[in-house]
Formats: sequence, C-alpha cells, structure tokens
Amino acid sequence: MRDPSSTGAPSRRRFLGAAAIAGAGAALSAVPAAAGGSAKPDPLITDVQDWARTPGDGVDKRPYGTPSKFEKNIIRRDVPWLTASAQSSVNFTPLHALDGIITPSGLCFERHHAGIAEIDPADHRLMINGLVDRPLVFTMDDIRRMPRVNKIHFLECAANSGMEWRGAQLNGCQFTHGMIHNVMYTGVPLKLLLDEAGLKPSAKWLMLEGADAAGMNRSLPIAKALDDVLIAFAMNGEALRPEQGYPLRAVIPGWEGNLWVKWLRRIEAGDQPWATREETSKYTDLLADGRSRKHTFVMDAKSVVTSPSPQAPLKHRGRNVLTGIAWSGRGAVSRVDVSLDGGRNWQTARLDGPVLDKSMARFYVDFDWQGEEMMIQSRAVDSTGYVQPTKDALRKVRGVNSIYHNNGIQTWLVHPNGEAENVEIA
Amino acid sequence: MSRLREAALLAVLLGVADQSVGWVERSDTHHFRVAQLMGFANAQPILRASDVAEIAKPTAPDDDTRRSTPKLGLGRPALPEEIAAWDTDVRPDGKGLPVGKGTVKQGEDIFQAQCAACHGEFGEGVGRWPPLAGGAGTLTADRPDKTVGSFWPDLSTVFDYIQRAMPFGNARSLSNDEVYALTAYILSMNDIIKDENFELNERNFTSIRMPNATAFYDDDREIAEKAFWGSEPCMKDCRAAPKVVGRAVSVDVTPDGKSGPKVD
Repeated sequence: MRDPSSTGAPSRRRFLGAAAIAGAGAALSAVPAAAGGSAKPDPLITDVQDWARTPGDGVDKRPYGTPSKFEKNIIRRDVPWLTASAQSSVNFTPLHALDGIITPSGLCFERHHAGIAEIDPADHRLMINGLVDRPLVFTMDDIRRMPRVNKIHFLECAANSGMEWRGAQLNGCQFTHGMIHNVMYTGVPLKLLLDEAGLKPSAKWLMLEGADAAGMNRSLPIAKALDDVLIAFAMNGEALRPEQGYPLRAVIPGWEGNLWVKWLRRIEAGDQPWATREETSKYTDLLADGRSRKHTFVMDAKSVVTSPSPQAPLKHRGRNVLTGIAWSGRGAVSRVDVSLDGGRNWQTARLDGPVLDKSMARFYVDFDWQGEEMMIQSRAVDSTGYVQPTKDALRKVRGVNSIYHNNGIQTWLVHPNGEAENVEIA
Repeated sequence: MSRLREAALLAVLLGVADQSVGWVERSDTHHFRVAQLMGFANAQPILRASDVAEIAKPTAPDDDTRRSTPKLGLGRPALPEEIAAWDTDVRPDGKGLPVGKGTVKQGEDIFQAQCAACHGEFGEGVGRWPPLAGGAGTLTADRPDKTVGSFWPDLSTVFDYIQRAMPFGNARSLSNDEVYALTAYILSMNDIIKDENFELNERNFTSIRMPNATAFYDDDREIAEKAFWGSEPCMKDCRAAPKVVGRAVSVDVTPDGKSGPKVD
C-alpha cells in the first residue's frame, strides 16, 4: 500500500465536502425550533403530505427490499488511488452510518484479488485432500445435509487502518476503519468435514483454496481448524452474497480476513505451511529492524467512534449520542473507555446489544455538548486483559512500515461548528 | 443421482486404473488401495452412496491412532484425476513441483509478451501494479521496496502464485515449462541468477536461496508486546494536553463522498 504521490495544502473544500454528506455545516440549533410561543407551526404537520394522501407501492413492487432512496449515499466506497485494478481491490463499510452490531449484507466491505467469481451452487465442489484417510468431494447439497451452527463474528482485513501508520491520512471512519464487517454466519464446523475425510496424525496445517481467478490460498494451523472454524453458506439468514464468497466461504473467527477464503473449493491437509503469496509477500508485518513477523493471524482488540466522525458531524448542541464499535480477535470486548479530551481523561462507555466472543460490540456515551472543541478517542479492553494501545505505542514497537494490524487509538477532532476531522495528536 | 451422472462417474472410474500409476507418486499406499477398489467398482453398473462410503473406508490398518470412520456418510471419494487437476500447489520444500524446465532467456520472451504490460519491462511495476525486481537493501529504509528479490522468502511462492493466478485476466493458461521459465527470469531480474542460459527445473529448484529467506519469524506479539496486556487503564489526568500534529485534510486524499460511484 502506498501513500498518494502528491500531498496538497490543507483543503477546506475537501473537508467541507465530507461534512456535507451528512447535511451538516449549517447553523447548530441549541433549542428546539418550536419551543418559543411565537414559533410558526410546522407545515410538515399542519399540511397533508403526499405520502399521507395516496397509497404507495404495492407489495410486489419491491420483491427484494432495498434501503430507502433517502439512504442512497450510505454505500460501500473505495479509495481509487490505493489499487491498480477494481478486480484486485477493496472498498469500505460505511461504519459512520450504521448502528447495532450486525452489518447489513449489502454494506459489508469487499476485498477481491480477481473480482467476484459467479458460481452456480450446482456447479460448486469442495474437495478435501492431502494427509487424510479418504480424499473427498462434497457438493453444496452434501454440505447442506450436515449439522449446522450459527455464529456472529467480525471479519477484519489485516490492512484495516493500514493507511494511517504514518499519520492521519483518510478523513472518515469508513476509510480508516471500514475494512470490517460483522454478520451472523450459518455453516458447518470444519471439524465435521475433516472427520469425514479422516485427518492423519501428521497433518499439522491446512491449505484453503478459492475457486476464483486468483486461486486465493492460505495456510491454516490445524488446531484453529478443529477449534472454531466454519464452512459457511449463509450470512444474516440468507445465502452468502456473491462478493462474500457465494456459495461457500471459510469463517476463521478472530483471525485476519484474508484467511477467510471465499468461493472455497479445496482444503488440503499437510505437515507444514505452504508459504503462499498471501502469507509471505503480503500479510507479513515488516518491522523497523527489517525483519518481518509472519503468521500474525489474530486481530488484536480495537475500537473506533463511528459518530461523531468526519462523515457524521454533530448537528445539535445539547443532548447527543456518541457511538462506536469495539472488537477483539482474542475473545470478547470486556470494556470500552471514551475520552473527549484527547486521552487526558476517560469514562467507561455503555455497551448495548449482544457482547459476543470475537464479535463487534456496540458502545454509547450519551452526552451534552455546548460547542466546545473535543478530541474524541475510544479504547477497547478485551477478555484477555489486552488494552488497545495508542498509535504512538504501536509505532514504538513496530515502526511505521508493517502495513497490517494497526489497532491504535483513533482521534477525531470535533470543531465548535460540529464538524469532525481525522487528526494525529502528540 | 441421475442416470447421466452415473454414466459420467462410471466413465471416470474406468479411467482410474489407467492413470493410477502417475497418481500414486503423489499419494500414499492407502489412497492407492482406494483407487484400486474404485477401479474395480466399475463392475457395478450403478454406484450408490452407500457403495461410495464402503469404498472410502480404510482398507488396511496402519499406525494412525487418530483414524476415524466417516460419521455422516456424505461426500464421495475424490478421484485421482480430480485431485491432479486441482492439487497444483507448491511448497518451499519442493512438494508439489511438477516435472518441467525453463531458461532465463525463454522466461524473458514470455515475460515481455505476457507480464511486462503491468509489471514493467524490468519488473519495476507500471503504475500501481506490483514491482517484481529491485529494492535490495531497502527493508529498513523510510520507504521499503518489497519485491520478489528484496522481500519474498521462498521461491516456491513465485511458482505457486504464477501458476494459479497469473497472467492477471488469463489465469491458469501457462504450461509448467513456461512457469519455470518465468520464475527463472524473475530470479534473473533480481540478480539472484546471473546466467541467461540458466535452466530452472524441478530438480534444482529447491537449491535456490532467496536473499530475505531468514528474515521472517513467527508471530511473537504475546511476548514482544506483553506490555499491552494486563495494565489497569488510566482514567484521570493521564497525559499532558494533546496538540494536533497532523491532519488528514492536509493530505487531501479522501475520496469525495458527496455522490456515489458511477453505476451502469
């Protein structure tokens, strides 16, 4: 991943542009509009509106429902300068506009290495071979006849926040933290499939391989495979989306997204890792001494405030909701602290909704704001006692060239007019 | 299973006996035993799921204490031709390397015709496409140049990746000899091989040492970053007043989000 070739002067236009997405930048209202005795009645109430007069679309008009047209800007977005080709690229989940812990399927970020493989499930095969007693081939019908389970897990790309190692670069949590999603998977424990083939004792690693034109392949330690890995065919209650690996993908809870091979067609058992391109030239962490960590599978605890944030500015003084997400690949989120003054003082946020193992958790701080400048941060603590570090603490141990696994604390500077921006503090 | 599918499967099974010699080189004796059984299964006009499960059962005891029997009875044996078609991966120890050969010179011709448009005539990378050559000694520099020569620890990765994913847009179109030749040429571009007549093949492949081979080590975060665990986070007066030292808006590379991407 490279920095942009040129850096311009501070751009007011760009800054306002981002803020304008959410319709901010206008005057902040301190009191409800109708509070005074001389206030004019709201025509939205006193006049009969079109939608209250005539019926709308009938039931068959939208056989597969989509979001309201007023939500048309809440979409996955990419950063064109990051990659050479849209087929080998990434886009980002619009975290700033989401709530709860489940990411809508159509907003889950995409990362492909050779575009989306479009596979008729009738044509899909899953092979298990290598160090097994019985090399086997499964059809999708076979897999759907196996005992299945439902699990909610986050998938985070190891490169999430990778553009921020050297300092604040992208102005929006969609771009700084949007290579993550959290959905419910339905699938078969990989252990069942491996038992069916009969792993040999010499099998220590698996290689997972995709059916796409990149033939994506990664090595997976057998202990993880037997622990909690799923072979999933559904997300959020329906078939996987094509861009998420339809009809079959691997689910590797808590581990970096690149391992979650999509369009999964083959699992080979072996006695050592394969050193594939994606686990050597990519997804290894180059440290300051020139050496590199490999097999850095686990995603460490991390959090981000999703609102307010550059794409979700504050619009009102007085009561406001601060919200964000936290997650850990090592267990469950046990606590999230929030600072409004750049890390000088902290308060513990309120977790709401399910707090699950290796899943996103949602946190809130309900607060009053009178237009003061804020430096908003969040800090996750997980069930292993890991405390999300500052960016500087991470840089101290890793340098700035490791690309992957940047889980440092994010700072949003909120201005008196409610606009927020991504800043680096010292 | 339809009659047509049964016929197709039977045809494949009939082929097993002819091909099993080549296959057994990559497999253990147990697999060979299964293949023999499957080959003999062609005496059966119809292969039922129960037959497949029976065939797939281990046929000879060995010292495998973890050996299990199938519990679900789902799936069918993978045929040797099927395994051969998909099991093309190559490991650093050379396991999986096909028989083949190619020289630096041959690789250069293929590279200039099929690879240089993206990777550059000298492997320098065009635009944002990945560079393949150069960058030696830059891994501790401010801007490391991570290429096959400067960074990749294993030569097998080059072979494995090319044969499965390259050329981009026409994957799996290269012969084994062409992949050997391209691998040799990439070594040459990185000065790891100096002789343009050098021939890379399955016998000398594992003798090549990559310059950065010893610079990788297993994840040690739980030790090296132990300080991130277990401390009670500070809640009050934790630091001096922070000041802003960098702003994303100064970098000005955030996509303009006012409208969605163009959709056809």
